[in-house]
Amino acid sequence: MIDLDDLDRAFLRDLAQEGTLSAGELGRRHGLSQPAAWRRVKRLTEAGILAGQRVLVDRAALGFGVTVFLGVKLATKGRVSLEDFERAVTAIPEVQVVQHVLGLFDYRLRVVARDIADFERVLRRRIMTLPGVGQVEANVLLTEEARPGPLGGASQD
Amino acid sequence: MQIDDTDRRLLRHLLAEPDLATPDLAARAGVTQATCWRRLERLSEQGVIAARQAVIDWRALGYEVEVSLRFTLDKTNPRAFDEFLAAAREVPEVIGIETFLGRVDVRLNVIARDMGHYQQIYRERILTLPHIADIEALMLIATIKESAGLPL
Repeated sequence: MIDLDDLDRAFLRDLAQEGTLSAGELGRRHGLSQPAAWRRVKRLTEAGILAGQRVLVDRAALGFGVTVFLGVKLATKGRVSLEDFERAVTAIPEVQVVQHVLGLFDYRLRVVARDIADFERVLRRRIMTLPGVGQVEANVLLTEEARPGPLGGASQD
Repeated sequence: MQIDDTDRRLLRHLLAEPDLATPDLAARAGVTQATCWRRLERLSEQGVIAARQAVIDWRALGYEVEVSLRFTLDKTNPRAFDEFLAAAREVPEVIGIETFLGRVDVRLNVIARDMGHYQQIYRERILTLPHIADIEALMLIATIKESAGLPL
């Protein structure tokens, strides 16, 4: 694991907001030459800290007005049922995120749908028919907010 | 705002593979590079593409533990949501905040270096947040699928 200095953290904070910033622009903001800024971005990428891009879209404008998080508890457990469940659930196009978790549920799913009626269709036809699925809890997403995380300001770490 | 089939095709490929360079994206979507570039520009101007952001791998920075904390708030206090959210934003290890309609009111995504660090954050920064009625924790074991893809 590499050590980060304040400039590295500033670069990460900027890129987490605007992933397409050029090395030249990052350098201008933080008083570095373009090649020096480029070397820092390259180092952060090679260390696996900068792990690609994410595209945020206005889901509602594209006709997907509803996002629901599902907690799923499997009715039957064992290695085979986990694999069967995971294979089937990742193939559902409306399921964006599948996380295996420890706690009240076995899996957390993020599901997008056009509206509540569409969500009900996905839930009944695709989720409730998954192999091994037991109890399911749904929470409809109202707002989401990404935070910069532990990358500084001076008061942190 | 008009979105046609070509836009949808472009977005489908872009969301599935956000790291694609414009020439490769154009090839996948079957349009010229100029068309691809022009349409991406327009979708950004219209706000359909809201942002392109770098993904930070917190594990590569030494944060091995990720916990999803689900809160029920004491809604007898009308300021409960606002005050809870404002306080949660002050915790550096909180990397995401979501609010819900359902049994859960708010979810915080919390990262920590190890279990000892997590326990410290939980006791000192999480349990001290205002207006908590109930907390449930889900510890992340593995992310099996993570995609921004839409069935366009």
